[in-house]
Amino acid sequence: MQTYDLEADGLRGLNSSLQAQNAETNQTSWEIVNPKGSHAIAVGLDAPIEVTVKGSTGYYCAGMNQQATIKVEGSVGPGVAENMMSGQVIVDGDASQYAGATGHGGLLVIKGNASSRCGISMKGIDIVVHGNIGHMSAFMAQAGNLVVCGDAGDALGDSLYEARLFVRGSVKSLGADCIEKEMRPEHLNILKDLLDRAGSDAKPEEFKRYGSARQLYNFDIDNSAAY
Amino acid sequence: MCGIVGLFLKDQSLAPQLGNMLTDMLITMTDRGPDSAGIAIYGAERDGKTKITVQSPTPETDFVGLADELGKSLGAMVGQTDNDTHTVLEVPAGQFEAARTALAEIRPSVRIMSRGDSLEIYKEVGLPKDVADRFNLSGMSGTHGIGHTRMATESAVTTMGAHPFNTGSDQCLVHNGSLSNHNSLRRKLRREGVVIQTENDTEVGAAYLTWKMMNGATLGEALETSIDDLDGFFTFVVGTKDGFGVVRDPIACKPAVMAETDQYVAFGSEYRALVNLPGIEDARVWEPEPSTVYFWSHTNSPTTHEKAA
Repeated sequence: MQTYDLEADGLRGLNSSLQAQNAETNQTSWEIVNPKGSHAIAVGLDAPIEVTVKGSTGYYCAGMNQQATIKVEGSVGPGVAENMMSGQVIVDGDASQYAGATGHGGLLVIKGNASSRCGISMKGIDIVVHGNIGHMSAFMAQAGNLVVCGDAGDALGDSLYEARLFVRGSVKSLGADCIEKEMRPEHLNILKDLLDRAGSDAKPEEFKRYGSARQLYNFDIDNSAAY
Repeated sequence: MCGIVGLFLKDQSLAPQLGNMLTDMLITMTDRGPDSAGIAIYGAERDGKTKITVQSPTPETDFVGLADELGKSLGAMVGQTDNDTHTVLEVPAGQFEAARTALAEIRPSVRIMSRGDSLEIYKEVGLPKDVADRFNLSGMSGTHGIGHTRMATESAVTTMGAHPFNTGSDQCLVHNGSLSNHNSLRRKLRREGVVIQTENDTEVGAAYLTWKMMNGATLGEALETSIDDLDGFFTFVVGTKDGFGVVRDPIACKPAVMAETDQYVAFGSEYRALVNLPGIEDARVWEPEPSTVYFWSHTNSPTTHEKAA
């Protein structure tokens, strides 16, 4: 176990040490102490290592992650796991706006609530939120799965492409071109797998599925009011 | 950008450390606003007196004999406490308008920063640390206070463009964001007789709240209608004599974090600003919802009101 004191030793040293790890490294387990809300903690990693952040972070924690498993024992600021490619990011507390934005792959788990724009423009990432999510979540989401065990805020899935949205609680309102869809057996299987991997005991049957009505893919003058 | 910090004490034994805690929070927000900084602090009040905080670009001449001359104009005793480019004048309650008129005549270059029973506002151009040092902000005590670090986008970097803005007696406003309808609203408010001194967007927001309250709205009501009438991005933190409030626009892209313990309620643009507060590890920490007015007061229990979209 490597322990890194962020307050004493600084952010640049942390990220360059973590980014220097590769598949053959022996330093597979890292602990970051005194994060104190700092920005850009553990970004750009590309090795199968485990990193635990002992406290809350600021902006862009675990951005651009590949392969690594990053666990935050606290809450995270805006843009956690932004543009994640693979690996896992697990947040014990809450996440601020645009969690998992533009992510291409991997799994983001938020055990508390996520605020606005969760999963905005997601491109293949899987996101599981144990609590609620805020407004404009999954805006222009293209691929991947967003699972919400609590409630969703206004304008869920506005201008959605092919991402799947699963919500257990209420949805305050659906965004343009987002509709409720039939939950078929293959969706229940996807959901069960994600809930298992995210450590949630919610039952897949309790969720509703939302997706794109596919009316806004191409410009149509009759839809101009909805763009 | 811009950074906001706020601290409202429930436990008054912390009052002597208010300035110290708020200054630490303010300096942490330097990255968000390095060009100007300011603080509004609610400190001791004296019976029968109104405090007017004024600023001068030439305090070495403007502040000499100011209390005596103002006292002569008002026919009353006036107190004066200098602090760098600012001085706090204590005039008899009810004499603020007369004092404003007299000041414009005897010291045309001084600018009024604030008025109220307990409110004092200090703000200047420069790094937050330098601004805090020149006024010795860390040595101030009080029941609650609000600070702001500015990265200007809408108007010039000047003392008058820095925050907080005084909106009425003992009321102040700080802002993170930008208002896009401030020019038309400024024209409208000026026609209504509201005094607006700069081309700054936030001053229009402050003047809007003042105008609403002049017409009978409570601060809470004025904040609620601001969500409809102000166009643009904003996280506002407002101070009153006995409390402070928070409101964010419906899009809520300007960051905000709050923390509450038995001893205090704290606001920060980022969690970083809160990390050195006592007991923060066990505080309830959350992000305020959009379009929702939050308010804490020393005299009433906390209120939250969600405005119907």
